[in-house]
Amino acid sequence: MTGSKDDREFELTVNGKRLTVSGAPVGASLLSVLRDNLGLTGTKGACEEGECGSCSVMLDGNLVCACLVMASTVTEASIATIEGLAPSGTLSRVQEAFVDHGAVQCGFCTPGLIMAVSDLIDRQPNADRETIREELAGNLCRCTGYGRIIAAVESLLNEGDL
Amino acid sequence: MPVFHPIDVDEAVELLARRGPRRILAGGTDEMVRINHGAAVGEGEEIVCLNNITELRSWAFESDRGVLVIGAAVPWTELASGAIATLCPSLAEAARTVGSPQIRNAGTLGGNVATASPAGDGLCAAVALDAVAVIRSAAGSRRVPVAELVTGPKQTGLGPEELITSFEIPLTEGYQGYAKVGVRNAMVISIAGACLVVDEQHGISRLALGSVGPTILRCPEAEPLITDVILNRSGNTARLDEIVDSVRSAARPIDDHRATADYRRHAVGVLARRLVTRAISAREENNT
Repeated sequence: MTGSKDDREFELTVNGKRLTVSGAPVGASLLSVLRDNLGLTGTKGACEEGECGSCSVMLDGNLVCACLVMASTVTEASIATIEGLAPSGTLSRVQEAFVDHGAVQCGFCTPGLIMAVSDLIDRQPNADRETIREELAGNLCRCTGYGRIIAAVESLLNEGDL
Repeated sequence: MPVFHPIDVDEAVELLARRGPRRILAGGTDEMVRINHGAAVGEGEEIVCLNNITELRSWAFESDRGVLVIGAAVPWTELASGAIATLCPSLAEAARTVGSPQIRNAGTLGGNVATASPAGDGLCAAVALDAVAVIRSAAGSRRVPVAELVTGPKQTGLGPEELITSFEIPLTEGYQGYAKVGVRNAMVISIAGACLVVDEQHGISRLALGSVGPTILRCPEAEPLITDVILNRSGNTARLDEIVDSVRSAARPIDDHRATADYRRHAVGVLARRLVTRAISAREENNT
C-alpha cells in the first residue's frame, strides 16, 4: 500500500508476547505488520481482500483475515498466528494430521488452513463433511482439490470415537 | 492519515463533526480492501475506528416495544446463531450466507447497510424486516427506515458527520426466510437475493429483492398475493405463477460481469417461489 510513514509506535500482543511495531505505514494491515515489521512470515498474503484465507489468524479467539484488520486498531487484542500453534520444532495435532494425510502440496494456503481447521475443531468437534466444507469455504487451495485436507480434518474429529 | 480510536459514540461523533475528509472503519471487510489497494489513503484523511466502542457491539430485545435492537457493529457470526437467530430467522439466514467464517467474524450489519451495495445480504433482510436505522451525530439523533436511508448503489442519506449506531427491528410472528443465488455455495456475492417476512398479526407480507436493481426493491404488487396464498391457504400452481410473474416485473436488473439481466430476473422469480413455498410448508407444519 501507499501512504505516509507514521512515526508513532504501537504494541501488539502476538502469541502471548508484547511486541513493539515501529515504522509501519499508517493504516497498514495486520498481515503486512506481522510479515514486514515483526518478521512473522508464517502468515501468508495473497489476495489482500479477504477472499483467499491464506492470512487467517486468531484475533481474541475469532478467526479473521489479517489483511482486513488494521494493525493499529488491535493493540489491546490477543493475536495468535501459525508460529504460536506449537513450540518450535514440534507440530500441533492439526499440523501432524496434515502431514499424515498428505494435505499439503505447494503449501502456500497451509498456514491459513491450519489456523482455520484448529478453530473449526475447537468450535465444532462433531462437524460432518458438509459442515467441514462450509467452514473451510474461506480458505482457497489451488493444488489439492481439498480431498486430503478434508480427510485430515475428519481424522481429527473422529479421534474421540476411537 | 491519522487513525482515531474513540471509546464511545459521543467521542466518535465529535470526531466525525470535525472538518476534513474522514472515513469510518468497523469490520474492515470492505474498507480495508480499499486501504490495502491504496484507494483510501488520501492526504489529511482521518480514519475513525469503531473497534473499541462496546455499545455498538451489543444487542437487546425490548419486549415492551416488541423490538430487537442490534448494535451496528455486531458481527455476522453473532447474528447467524443463538438468540438473535431465534428472534429474527431471516436476518440469521442472510448472515449465514455472507462470506466465510473469517468474514462473518469481522463484518457488520452497520457496514453492510452503510456500504449500500444492491447485493448486500443483510441490507436485503433489513428492508424486508422494516428495520429502522438509529443514526447519531454531534448535533443529535434521528431514526430512518433502512429502505429510505439507502437511495442507490453505494448511496445513502447518511451525512459525513453521521454514524449508524443500531437497528431497530420490529419482531413479527410468521415465516421469515432469505435465499440467494451465486456462483458457489459459499463465499459468494449474490447474483440475485430475496427475503420474505410474513407478519401474521397484521396480515401482511414483505418481499425484498437484492441484486436486481440499483438498490433493494420491494414487491408491492406481489406482496398481497403472497399474503393471500400463505395465510388463506389459497395456494395452487397458478397463484404461485402469478406471484413469480409479479416479482419478475418488479425486478429492474442490469447486465454486468456477474450475470445477465435476464438471468437475474429469472433467478429472483425462482427465489420468490422457493420462499413462498417454504412459508406455506412452515405454516402447515405449525398447524398440524
